[in-house]
Amino acid sequence: MINPSSILSGDRRALARLLTQIENGAPEAESALAALFPHTGRAHLIGLTGAPGTGKSSLVNELTKTLRSQNHTVAILAIDPSSPFTGGAILGDRIRMRDLAGDPGVFIRSMASRGSSGGLARATADAIKALDAAGFEKILIETVGAGQAEVDIARAAHTVLVIEAPGLGDDVQAIKAGLLEIADVFVVNKADLPGAENAARALRASLDLAHPVARTWADDKMRGHHQPTFNSTPEPVKSEKDLTGLRWNPPILQTVALEGQGITEVVEALEQHRHHLHASGELKQREREGLAYELKTRLREALFAEMLTRLGNGKLNAVVERVLAREVDPASAARQLAKDW
Amino acid sequence: MSDAQRNLRVLVAKPGLDGHDRGAKVIARALRDAGMEVIYTGLRQTPEMVAEAALQEDVDVVGLSILSGAHMSLVPRILELLRANGQPEVKVFVGGIIPEDDIPLLKEMGVAGVFGPGASTETVIAAVREAVKRES
Repeated sequence: MINPSSILSGDRRALARLLTQIENGAPEAESALAALFPHTGRAHLIGLTGAPGTGKSSLVNELTKTLRSQNHTVAILAIDPSSPFTGGAILGDRIRMRDLAGDPGVFIRSMASRGSSGGLARATADAIKALDAAGFEKILIETVGAGQAEVDIARAAHTVLVIEAPGLGDDVQAIKAGLLEIADVFVVNKADLPGAENAARALRASLDLAHPVARTWADDKMRGHHQPTFNSTPEPVKSEKDLTGLRWNPPILQTVALEGQGITEVVEALEQHRHHLHASGELKQREREGLAYELKTRLREALFAEMLTRLGNGKLNAVVERVLAREVDPASAARQLAKDW
Repeated sequence: MSDAQRNLRVLVAKPGLDGHDRGAKVIARALRDAGMEVIYTGLRQTPEMVAEAALQEDVDVVGLSILSGAHMSLVPRILELLRANGQPEVKVFVGGIIPEDDIPLLKEMGVAGVFGPGASTETVIAAVREAVKRES
């Protein structure tokens, strides 16, 4: 097992090895993380997502440079998709982050999504804990904005930054993607290209269309495990500077990441959102929701594993045979098994 | 089973100043198609950048593409940095334009394999797999 104190004291080799164990779902990682958990909860977790080619990695590069100039330590978790056919992956985010090389205040780790979204969510959550315990103040989590990954990011992060670029489609695309709901800050990158103003305007229009509601996860609401934070009387939209307001109004910023334009404003917006989370009490709320979700997910897995062990293959196979013979349907069989294991 | 659990992680890097990365990209793609996770760093990496990426990414293998003729100074420096960082077990492969005479010298330094322009991707994949298997 990796000594947790070496992670806490900033041993980068130990941190890198722990991240590998986490990715591989190695049992040793669990005990190390258990020891590290009391040291987590200090970092500002920032998720970045957006369609391929919008400039996420370049923006991460620039944001990190600015954060470093403000003396924040930064860890970057860059997630790229695995091939569904071979399981291999090309992780190329470091190409855009070469400015950050040689800085001991920066740690970059590339992660392949490795297929299952549940597995990715667990590995990401644990990797964030490891980086948090290692003392990084800002943790940037970058995903390709396609599929389940960005929803997992929204659960894991405090602040979600959604990156758009001109020319990717009309405003309906933005609504369809579901990214509008998870964004705390919008960035229209490549703002030097024609159409940037239109993209920003379309985003603004879509945001104004939406009935602003406080964020509550649909599955939590449906199962009724949570007190809904739904506020039925929409307040008038306040100015973006107003941090004491109950509701955060996502700013829409324009950048040219390759030229470093507009970056300070984005860092400023991230900081404002962090203040808002603290001032409004939403930070605790998000953390509670996130940890409750993680607990439930792990409980489900633990119960299932425990149940399989107790049932044994023989009994389970016997039921499979009965289902196969059409003596019982799968749903009833499962319910019966769940009762008397 | 172990292959599904533990994907091989490979850093493909281009140290030095030559700007031709087609070979590196072909190899990166081939290793990916062989089911490995390939971290590709792009052009003009210093030995320090290569070693730092190998450390943070905790890779099993480093593949260096060098066409500039600077391999006899770049490769030993990278090997030295990997050792200094506590990663002596990482397998290092070199590809590119490497004169015959230098190959035994590189291997003596600790390079696991050297591939010239004619090497097939199958050969490279097999050599990478073999080198890592011997270790574990």
